[in-house]
Amino acid sequence: MPARCHRPGEVTVLDTAAAEAVSAGLLVAVLACAVVRPWGWPEAVVAVPAAALVIATGAISPHRAWAQAQRLGPVIGFLAAVLVLAQLCDDEGLFRACGAWLARGCAGQPRRLLARVFVIASVITAVLSLDATVVLLTPVVFATAARVGVRTRPHVYACTHLANSASLLLPVSNLTNLLAFAASGLSFTRYAGLMALPWLAAIGTEYVAFRRFFRNDLNATAAPPPAAEPAEVPRVALVVLAGTLAGFAATSLAGINPAWAAAAGAAVLAAAALVRRETTPAAIYRAAGVPFLVFVVCLGLVVAAVTVNGLGGALGRVMPAGTSLPALLATAALAAAAANVINNLPAVLVLIPLAAASGPGAVLAVLLGANIGPNLTYAGSLATLLWRRVLREHDAEPGLGEFTRLGLLTVPAGLLLATTALWAALHVIGG
Amino acid sequence: MTVIIWIAEGTWPACVDAARRLVAADADIVLLHVSGGEDPAAAHGAYAGLLGRGRPERDPGRMMEAAAAASARELLDAAARRLARPARPAERRGSVKHEVVAAAEGADLLIVARDGDASRLGPKSLGKASRFVVDHAPCPVLLVWPGEPPGTATMPPPPGAKGGPPHHRGHRDHPPRPGQDHPPRPRKPGD
Repeated sequence: MPARCHRPGEVTVLDTAAAEAVSAGLLVAVLACAVVRPWGWPEAVVAVPAAALVIATGAISPHRAWAQAQRLGPVIGFLAAVLVLAQLCDDEGLFRACGAWLARGCAGQPRRLLARVFVIASVITAVLSLDATVVLLTPVVFATAARVGVRTRPHVYACTHLANSASLLLPVSNLTNLLAFAASGLSFTRYAGLMALPWLAAIGTEYVAFRRFFRNDLNATAAPPPAAEPAEVPRVALVVLAGTLAGFAATSLAGINPAWAAAAGAAVLAAAALVRRETTPAAIYRAAGVPFLVFVVCLGLVVAAVTVNGLGGALGRVMPAGTSLPALLATAALAAAAANVINNLPAVLVLIPLAAASGPGAVLAVLLGANIGPNLTYAGSLATLLWRRVLREHDAEPGLGEFTRLGLLTVPAGLLLATTALWAALHVIGG
Repeated sequence: MTVIIWIAEGTWPACVDAARRLVAADADIVLLHVSGGEDPAAAHGAYAGLLGRGRPERDPGRMMEAAAAASARELLDAAARRLARPARPAERRGSVKHEVVAAAEGADLLIVARDGDASRLGPKSLGKASRFVVDHAPCPVLLVWPGEPPGTATMPPPPGAKGGPPHHRGHRDHPPRPGQDHPPRPRKPGD
């Protein structure tokens, strides 16, 4: 198939095959740098020149690059607002309060604690994104489990698993969702409506698997001395979060980009914290993760170059068409496989434009695979896993066999049930 | 006489109580805790899986490493308080079951709690770690129930009426199967 359309007046330095080779090489360099982080460089150090090169060599036309940047701009704005919102909620004591709520009545009760961890981790991931669960919630859950005298492992592993598999519900739950949301043409509420059932199916699968897999640890109980924990309810943060969620629905109904609701929520919390001098503009800037946002845009440009010069056509041939249950299952499986090779971020950037041709149902199936799939390896992908094994940066690595067995228990079953739930939701609600 | 008490999260009070009841007052008691490090490592892995975030200072595993060390110290302190006798704390890092066996080298007694499914009396009441430690310990092992020991009435009757061998307590659910009894194996140095 023709790999790309040349516009009149467009300067082309390379032919399609050479452009594909250059773009693919640059993509490998960008991803390798992001996984390896040589000399502690920020990921953008390689991603920015790589993006500049794909434009300079004509591997992607300036027009197409601009269109891609325009598509990604609102996505990273949305992402920045959610990252800031999560950090400010942490400053307000939201995660400390989560720890106190988890601990209350759970002393020596590992099964009750696990159920609460599932509720909290699923809600935090859905509303404040997987970053909040991994970075902010996991240490709190670990400390809480240790304090109430139960074995910490099931609860910590639940956080790491749910950060992926419970990140289906809302567009804000995962960067992959934001990218797909922008391409799907769905409204925020419709997206959430279609993903609610798959989200519950994925969480339910994890819960059943965890209860079975960790049954010994969940049986080991010793009543520790009750630990008194002052639990101040972070009212401001909770009110702002509720307002932000209502804002998502309202903007969606009004046809406005819901990123504005996230930005408004972040702005209100930031203003409150700045007035009380509990944060600084520099801290808010850091929370937004600007180098990360730049990395995402540049990665998007390089992936677009690889896609238009041939990869898109090649993958288009293996991409299942339609939204029948077998097609959705195959789409989710393909996305899970792609996510496990390198990472779900490039996988989604590559697969979403192809899936969009089959409609929103196929786009959401890609997300099921890309978000649930990474639980097969404890580091999210084989590339990261292999590099960590090479590096041995930390003296203890989790039992690889154990984590893989847990992944094999949850991922295929979770994918099957969540995809079936999506298929049912598409039939009831309509894509 | 040196007695090692394996202090494992969740089950340790039973071991300490057994030592108070059964170990001579002049014994040299060591409270042993081993940090496997799986939880901080899982957090490191989860953070590494977030492509492009950089900022290693935000890696939750770092915070958890410090928290794990603090919680191990608190656990050993709590065990020492419950024991209410002179005892030496010992903290090790690495593969939990291997470190427990290594720490028992030269000891006269190792006190271990069952870490399996205590609701299913039988082989499964020994989990992987305590099974390994019982199999490989270089000294006598005192194996205790983490809670109240079950009464003898819970023991199933002998199978059939053919007068098979009386059941080992650990095998009360099933008759012993070939290969299940773990005959002694030659131990390599450092195993």
